[in-house]
Amino acid sequence: MTTTAEQGFWHIAYLGFCALVFAFLIAPILVIVPLSFNAEPYFTFTEGMLRLDADAWSLRWYRQVVEDEEWSRALANSLLIGVSATVLATALGTLAALGLSNPAMPARRFATGLLISPMVTPVIISAAGMFFFYSELGLAQTHLGLILAHAALGTPFVVITVTATLAGYDENLSRAAASMGAGPLTVFRRVQLPLIAPGVVSGGIFAFAASFDEVVVVLFMGGIEQRTIPRQMWSGIREEISPAILAVAVFLIVFAVLFLLTVEWLRRRNAR
Amino acid sequence: MNVVPEQKTGRTRPGPGLRAALLVLPLLVFIGVTFLAPLANMLVRSVHDPVVADALPGTLEKLRDWDGRNLPDEAIYEALAGELLKSREDRTLGQVATRINRVQSGLRSALTRTARRLGNVEDGPWREAMTGIHAAWGETGTWLALREAGDRYTTRHYLNALDLQRDPGGSIVRQPEDRRIYLILFWRTLLVSLGVTTLCLLIGYPVARLIAHAPPRRAYLLLILVLVPFWTSLLVRTTSWIVLLQNQGVLNDMFVFLGVIGDDGRLAMIYNMTGTFVAMTHVLLPFMVLPLYSVMSAIPRVQTSAAESLGATAWQSFWRVYWPQTLPGVGAGCLLVFILAIGYYITPALVGGSTGQLISNMIAFHMQSSLNWSLAAALGGILLVCVAGLYVLYDRVVGIERMRLG
Amino acid sequence: MNHAIPMKGILVSCMIVLAALSGGRAAAQEQSLTFVSWGGAYARACVKGYIERFERETGIEVRIEDYNGGLAQIRAQVDVGNVYWDVVDMELADMVRGCDEGLLAPVDIDEMAPGADGTPAAEDLPEDGITECGPTNIYYSTVFVYNDARIGATKPNSVADFFDLEKFPGRRGMRRSPQVNLEFALLADGVPLDEVYATLDTEAGLGRAFRKLDTIKDQIVWWEAGAQPPQMLADGEVVMTTAYNGRIFNAQVLEDQPFVIVWDGQVLDTGGIGIVEGTRNFEAAMKFVRFANTPRAMADLGRYIAYSPSRRSATSLISTHAETGIDMNPHMPTSPENVDRALHNDWEWWSDNGEEMNERFSTWLAR
Repeated sequence: MTTTAEQGFWHIAYLGFCALVFAFLIAPILVIVPLSFNAEPYFTFTEGMLRLDADAWSLRWYRQVVEDEEWSRALANSLLIGVSATVLATALGTLAALGLSNPAMPARRFATGLLISPMVTPVIISAAGMFFFYSELGLAQTHLGLILAHAALGTPFVVITVTATLAGYDENLSRAAASMGAGPLTVFRRVQLPLIAPGVVSGGIFAFAASFDEVVVVLFMGGIEQRTIPRQMWSGIREEISPAILAVAVFLIVFAVLFLLTVEWLRRRNAR
Repeated sequence: MNVVPEQKTGRTRPGPGLRAALLVLPLLVFIGVTFLAPLANMLVRSVHDPVVADALPGTLEKLRDWDGRNLPDEAIYEALAGELLKSREDRTLGQVATRINRVQSGLRSALTRTARRLGNVEDGPWREAMTGIHAAWGETGTWLALREAGDRYTTRHYLNALDLQRDPGGSIVRQPEDRRIYLILFWRTLLVSLGVTTLCLLIGYPVARLIAHAPPRRAYLLLILVLVPFWTSLLVRTTSWIVLLQNQGVLNDMFVFLGVIGDDGRLAMIYNMTGTFVAMTHVLLPFMVLPLYSVMSAIPRVQTSAAESLGATAWQSFWRVYWPQTLPGVGAGCLLVFILAIGYYITPALVGGSTGQLISNMIAFHMQSSLNWSLAAALGGILLVCVAGLYVLYDRVVGIERMRLG
Repeated sequence: MNHAIPMKGILVSCMIVLAALSGGRAAAQEQSLTFVSWGGAYARACVKGYIERFERETGIEVRIEDYNGGLAQIRAQVDVGNVYWDVVDMELADMVRGCDEGLLAPVDIDEMAPGADGTPAAEDLPEDGITECGPTNIYYSTVFVYNDARIGATKPNSVADFFDLEKFPGRRGMRRSPQVNLEFALLADGVPLDEVYATLDTEAGLGRAFRKLDTIKDQIVWWEAGAQPPQMLADGEVVMTTAYNGRIFNAQVLEDQPFVIVWDGQVLDTGGIGIVEGTRNFEAAMKFVRFANTPRAMADLGRYIAYSPSRRSATSLISTHAETGIDMNPHMPTSPENVDRALHNDWEWWSDNGEEMNERFSTWLAR
């Protein structure tokens, strides 16, 4: 009896502990949402908000962000850079993943190591190196420079996800198609691509999210015309902290949840 | 190797090895140009700096034959005077003086002041004129520093990055006590990274286990709770912590309201090491939970129950049966968190105040404020070697091709 | 009537096209200039004081960017060759250094307008208010300030009080920069006004300054933008803080904040507008520098914020605050009662040693 009681106690303690950790993970993100509707320029709950006073809540920060030209320019930059970098990264990354999952690939481990390295290299080092090098090429403070840089930082995500999907791919399918007279391109387009498409799309989403959240390279290499959303948030947090940032943060959280659900949906589809 | 026999069968169909390599090649070239070349360029910059050598070629040429013990002769003074004036005219003097000052502090003002006032000096003797403007020209140390700054290739920045320097005799000694900072910061970065990794493991392990052994629907929901922070923008998460932890923030307000602390006793939880530590743990925790989860979910539940039915206590069955099987996940999670932690920049920069800064922040400082790019490159080089070492270790222990996302 | 409508339609669309074309051309012709300044109340005062009039008179649109001092961002633009800042409102030491390093374009003093009384600019401006890259426009000062509502019965009245944690417990705001802080520390440690820079010039003196800062280091909240200290003081984040005197004046008169300036040991500095080397808008930039340097622009700026004109002939033009009608004279950093315990910032020392001090300071800060 005592052991069961004791076990019960420990089990509850264990669940309680896990609940605390989950709260630690998620509460900071949730707390921003109500605060972004604050009618006052503060970062904390006002008494009116706690009393659920309608006047204490407002959409003013959202209005301010939507009307502010700087934020809409930042969004346009983020989208332009993010989408271009993603297209580049996804195309190159998918091709490379096809090669890397072929057991005949020479120096496979080394090549994989090199191609994944942009993901683990501290971004401050990548950004510093890129600043020097791209400046010499005249690519600093251009959109093209940032697109190339973000594409480089995004490719590992594509390589990893597509390789993972290909691990579940049955080579016999390609062989069967080839034996029936399909050329390599047709095999890829008609057989392989539809099967690995979920991996390609997830990889692309990862690459886009990485670019959409990247601030250090933009900080070092971007000029005034390349200000992105994270860059704008960065100066907002450092200099003139205003609740408008919280409104943007809520937008970004919504984005994150959409990305996450899409990737998870694709993963489950792929698993079947 | 296996390409050779394949070629006999047909010229139009390249062998599978070659075909695979051709698929990988575009990305390799792309990464080579956009990513690896910049890193190489940075490493070159950490040892190569031609500014002084280009601005004072005549003086440096003459200094090569100087014995280094007595003051140099009039010809060298004359050469320097001429080149200083020219450098001022070309407006490169500032950069030259800055670099020489990094070899010996205080020389910047000697150079700029001398160049500013030499304009009024018609002609020699130059030694007298220059020593009259600034006493530094009467000391051999100044000339030694000048000669050292004139080297195109130097290890000086690496020494500097390790709080070392060369004394006038050429041997390597430590920097004076109040100038030492980088070793302190490397050490602090190491400790913080170890601390964050340990904390992530301690709180991530039970959570991963809970998710791995929950019924599928609940597991999916719980996993989402881990994935939401994983996907949420880093800047958003950092903003959240500012909102929660700052002096007039949500937590302090709550504590004051509950009477835990007085209004004048608000806790300083942010813009110091606490802020850095808490926010970093939050950001990196998913990187611990996810690999642990994927290893744990492959462990059949029956094993531990079997052990317990054979008389093992809950602790024994965990420690003897369960834990050893999760070690690959523990290794993967810890290495990943540690690698990410030692290069951390954004979070400490925004919530670390002055005491919560790590080595990356010093690199950013030299990149953006002091513009001591050579030193930034040297610090980056050292950090890069550390990360590369850990990366190779990760490959050995976990295998890079087994890396998964989300 | 039937075909009158299409005719009308054609006419209207022609007019729209024409309007669009001419509008487009006008927009293309309209020049713009990026002016980088210190943000907040000061930028607002510049806009009201002289920028609006400049835009009206020249048709050049002025876009404003924020900046917190230093040369790093300018150098990055000049080195990379993509200059997107045109004119920068700078501290004198930075102007001299930027000029030495080729980051700013040379500006001949004779191109500046004569004084209000007709004296040439070169004589109207003080000798150290002229650099090879342009004249200075304002005197401003870094002072320390406390919030009267929070300080208690005894009030601080000297720099030493700023460092006295026993008499005045609580956090202090200071600028995240060695400038002014080193001087403040030495003044508080008893170094006479005229020996401050000579002391800083020695290793021992520098050590003394840092040791004095050490005594309050863990109580300091660092600020970077000039708009932060009044905010920190109002929020109760700090009990006293260093700040630019003009911002405090604005908070006092426009927001009724009970802030009190301690003028003892104020560090008086001058500022001017530099043209970034390689700007594509040099002509417009030159017009702007000349405009801002006129006695009238200086005096007008002084009607919105308590910064005094650097020209002698403009001093007599100081009048009342444009929005409240308060006499500006007693609030100016150069007014006789405020200036007698002032330390004049030694721009030569800072332009020579600024970079090294920044490095020493950041080392000290991160330890």
